[in-house]
Amino acid sequence: MPYGYAGKILRIDLSTGAVTTEPLSEELIERFIGGRGFVAKTMFDEIPAGTDPFSKDNRFVIASGPLSGHYLPASGKTHFGTKSPATGGYADSNMGGHFGPALKYAGYDMMVLTGCAESPSYLFIDDDRVEIRSADAYWGEGSLVVEKQMKEDLGEDFQVLTIGPAGEKKVRFACISHDFGRQAGRTGVGAVLGSKNIKAIAVRGAGSLPVFDVDAAFAAGKAAFQQIYTKPGFTGWTPEGTAGITDWTNQVGVFPTRNFQTSYSDHYKAVNGRAVLKEIKITDKGCYCCPTPCGKYGKAVTALGSAYMEGPEYETIALFGGSCLLPTIHEVAYANYLCDELGLDTISGGAVVSWAIECMEKGILTEEQTGRPLAFGDLETVDYLLRKIAARDGIGDLLAEGVKIASEKIGGGSDRFAIHVKGLEWTGYESRNAPSMMLAYMTADVGAHHNRAWVLGHDVVGSATNVHDLITAGGKGEKLPKAPVTADCADFVIESQNTRPLFDALGVCRLQFMELGFEPENYEKLFYVITGKMLSWQEMLKVSERIWQLTRAFSAREIAQFGRHLDFPPPRFYTEPVPSGPNAGHHVTREEVDALLDWYYRKRGWTQQGIPARETLEAAGLPEIADALEAAGLYS
Amino acid sequence: MELRAIHERCSGCGVCKLACALENYREVNPSKALLRIEGRFPAPGDYRVHLCTQCGECAEVCPVEAITLDEDGVYRIDEETCTECGACVDTCPHGVIMVGKASDMPTKCILCGECARACPRGAIQLVETEQREAV
Repeated sequence: MPYGYAGKILRIDLSTGAVTTEPLSEELIERFIGGRGFVAKTMFDEIPAGTDPFSKDNRFVIASGPLSGHYLPASGKTHFGTKSPATGGYADSNMGGHFGPALKYAGYDMMVLTGCAESPSYLFIDDDRVEIRSADAYWGEGSLVVEKQMKEDLGEDFQVLTIGPAGEKKVRFACISHDFGRQAGRTGVGAVLGSKNIKAIAVRGAGSLPVFDVDAAFAAGKAAFQQIYTKPGFTGWTPEGTAGITDWTNQVGVFPTRNFQTSYSDHYKAVNGRAVLKEIKITDKGCYCCPTPCGKYGKAVTALGSAYMEGPEYETIALFGGSCLLPTIHEVAYANYLCDELGLDTISGGAVVSWAIECMEKGILTEEQTGRPLAFGDLETVDYLLRKIAARDGIGDLLAEGVKIASEKIGGGSDRFAIHVKGLEWTGYESRNAPSMMLAYMTADVGAHHNRAWVLGHDVVGSATNVHDLITAGGKGEKLPKAPVTADCADFVIESQNTRPLFDALGVCRLQFMELGFEPENYEKLFYVITGKMLSWQEMLKVSERIWQLTRAFSAREIAQFGRHLDFPPPRFYTEPVPSGPNAGHHVTREEVDALLDWYYRKRGWTQQGIPARETLEAAGLPEIADALEAAGLYS
Repeated sequence: MELRAIHERCSGCGVCKLACALENYREVNPSKALLRIEGRFPAPGDYRVHLCTQCGECAEVCPVEAITLDEDGVYRIDEETCTECGACVDTCPHGVIMVGKASDMPTKCILCGECARACPRGAIQLVETEQREAV
């Protein structure tokens, strides 16, 4: 059994009910490490080309990494992968919490679901006891309600993930929820579980993970925690968590406001990290083994009601406080609660609602179509639309498709301000004067997501640093010059795209590294004492780059007419100057967008259409993927 | 010495349980931990740390006197005397006498203090018994 790993893959054919296990192969470990790497390889090999994301042939893959569940800071990540209902290409999404470690203690590094259950079901996993059970008692209920009920029914020590009504209705941005506030939010992974009639997965594990040198691993883990305690971010970052960057993103003019019409909002201090602490928070809520919990569990009180929820974190603040312009942290938190209970991604949820509001402002959507007036800054609008979306009722059925498909359906020029890439809505960093960050969004493998590369430091202060130091240095809120658009932007993005997703392969949270500056050599040491394998950080980055080439190859194979046009940002970003705030007057030009892609493709070894070249794939150790792309006609 | 919980500091990360299993069994297996963390969600939205306080109720109820107090103030289970009847498990006011899957032999905290040393937030503290009221 390989050290560090649980050692098995669990396969469940939901159509036949067959449950099988197989040993984790050494080849998979050597080439792809774990987590995101296992997910990507499994998807490429096992999802038949051209599969509809909602068909029974799509796979739903869950994987942890070699460091998941071990004694080191923030070892609680779980990775999900499937063919994307949002983009039609590669999708993955990960979450913190405790699920992945529990799955590992139950004996499984990876779980692959195929087929479709005949009726609403949930999966029960208690070590080697694996059952497909009826979910009749839970179907139709909200995510938080179901998690509480399942813990009561099965036991507090089960880790539970659920989908909400939105997942059941296959809303293209339905999320997976876990631990009353952790989500795998992006890319519609919840919709794919819903399409397979799976409401929830409950897991409990009582096994031990094999460790190469358990004494050394225990000592190295203790030392790692001690080192985290010495970082300025331990006391500086932890109190507010990700919400703490709200001031900075406004001061440097990247806060998405009014559906990304502008990048600064006067009211940001009403929705920032301090507002979370002062008005909402009951307790810090940590993921597995995390010494610096981002989660702030609290209670919101609004005119529409009160609710307990985890959050809001920065992205939710950006999309509901900024893009939808909700005026107070209580209202942002209530929108957060609605999304959690309904099973909607707060990022795409906020983006879709704000897009609909702008459509009404511009007369593209009418009250007759929507059923009521829609307005920025109005919680009733948000509440109304989120519930409609989750039920796919009326206007909600259109909006449940996401802004790309919805704008194609209603037309009227609404695609110009449908803020997405490849069909995935943009997250909380408006980038018209942040060319590196814009390129990061354009080329992220899942669509417009920030977690693959976060390079605002380069755009705003001209250097990379950990986020705590960056925001501590602050922004002055003054007018900023136009950021330089150079070939360096591509280097910054590629370096970040290789680094950040590596944590998703290792199965740990990247924030210890990104936000606190916990050094890479710590991971080399921990990796060695846990797995017995000597792998330098540079060698790990090579694996991460291999995975990046693989995910791109998957999308190239799966998305019809795949090409350069799919990497473009929305027209608003290269035609409309930012109207207000620190970046007033700036935008990237269409020519600059093209230049960014040229530099990026060249450095990635991709064709002018953004397809990984044969020699690139071979150099990355993926000859079989090159053969597959050739067979798919992508090199002809 | 005794363990003391400061519930409002707990974030539910569970590192205490993993540290307990590593210290006592040299295993990466928190199901063997000799303490419990209870998350009370959605409401009231907080955590409760359930620790052995060495209160001795387990010893009182044991029909074969397999649980005895040692000179360090720790109640220990003598596995040779224990008949695995489960009375101590049912009686423990904190629900922290554990029975694993592999055997019915109960296990309990021996006050090693590793959970307190591992907690990043000071939610579990190892204190002198006479300091009990001062914390």
